[in-house]
Amino acid sequence: MKIVPGCARVPTPGKLGVPTDQGPEEAAVSSEFVGPLERGAERQRTSRRSVRMLVVESLGPLTVLGGAVWAVAQPYRIVFLERAGKGFYDYLVQPPLLVIAVGLVFALGIAPGIVEDMRSDGGPEG
Amino acid sequence: MAPRAELVHWAFAAGFLLLGLILLAEAIVGSDVFGKRRWRAYLWPSLAFALGVLLWPVAVFFTSSTLHMLAHASWAEVAMLAGAIQLALVRGKLTSRWWALSLSFTLVVSGLAFLLHEQNPWLFSRAAFLHHAIGWTLLVAALFPLGQALRPRQLVWRAGFAMTWVVLAMLLFCDRDVAPIFGHLSDLAGGPASP
Repeated sequence: MKIVPGCARVPTPGKLGVPTDQGPEEAAVSSEFVGPLERGAERQRTSRRSVRMLVVESLGPLTVLGGAVWAVAQPYRIVFLERAGKGFYDYLVQPPLLVIAVGLVFALGIAPGIVEDMRSDGGPEG
Repeated sequence: MAPRAELVHWAFAAGFLLLGLILLAEAIVGSDVFGKRRWRAYLWPSLAFALGVLLWPVAVFFTSSTLHMLAHASWAEVAMLAGAIQLALVRGKLTSRWWALSLSFTLVVSGLAFLLHEQNPWLFSRAAFLHHAIGWTLLVAALFPLGQALRPRQLVWRAGFAMTWVVLAMLLFCDRDVAPIFGHLSDLAGGPASP
């Protein structure tokens, strides 16, 4: 076991304050060098998690936006705007409104729970 | 009275879009986080199974040809089979990762059914073009579950499988019973629907 000169030879508590079963030399190395690396990796993980949360939160609104843009681009696909010669099924199935509905279902019914679970999974800092 | 075929395509497109979003979310956050709430783990297999059940009325009422009926019925069967297998995997009744291959089987059968039941050439009309495009898309997408079975941890397979349904939804939303594609419409296809 190699002793690093200049390192304090004191047992250091491990992650979450739990004492490690490493020798004092290893613990000292861990506190001086590995600690910052671990913190960097943790920051990276947190950043990745934030990006993932943002993407999941965006899926619903982006879908709604897609449906809204489609409705503006092709208003004749919405029967409420052009009623002539349309039947029951035309009112039931209007593509841009279906896309908006799917986006809303996902944004309001599914995404919030996933984001909440990601936060609880990744600790208080989310 | 049955609705027009394009309306049925759009309704199913909405279902596939929701399926794609759910799968995409699972691919992004990972199965562990996604499965934290049990109902969520059952969500997409149930939706796949339900879409399979809903394909049966399509098979029964849209019988413009024997091939159409056989194609719709085969989709209904494989969609229900895929949904049931995924439900069993979530429940823990099945455990092998190789069950992911059932999704490949589903996609291959669906892709072939799309290609075989469309008897018109590619540029006959938009519906013909889209049926061919969807068929080939599904055949290529059958590689994603295969990748999932071989390397389950890789994001690309899950994301690719999820995006398959989003793309399928977009293609189905583009469908019209009679409409030109790339400015071309066969004289035999009939007049374009208004507008």
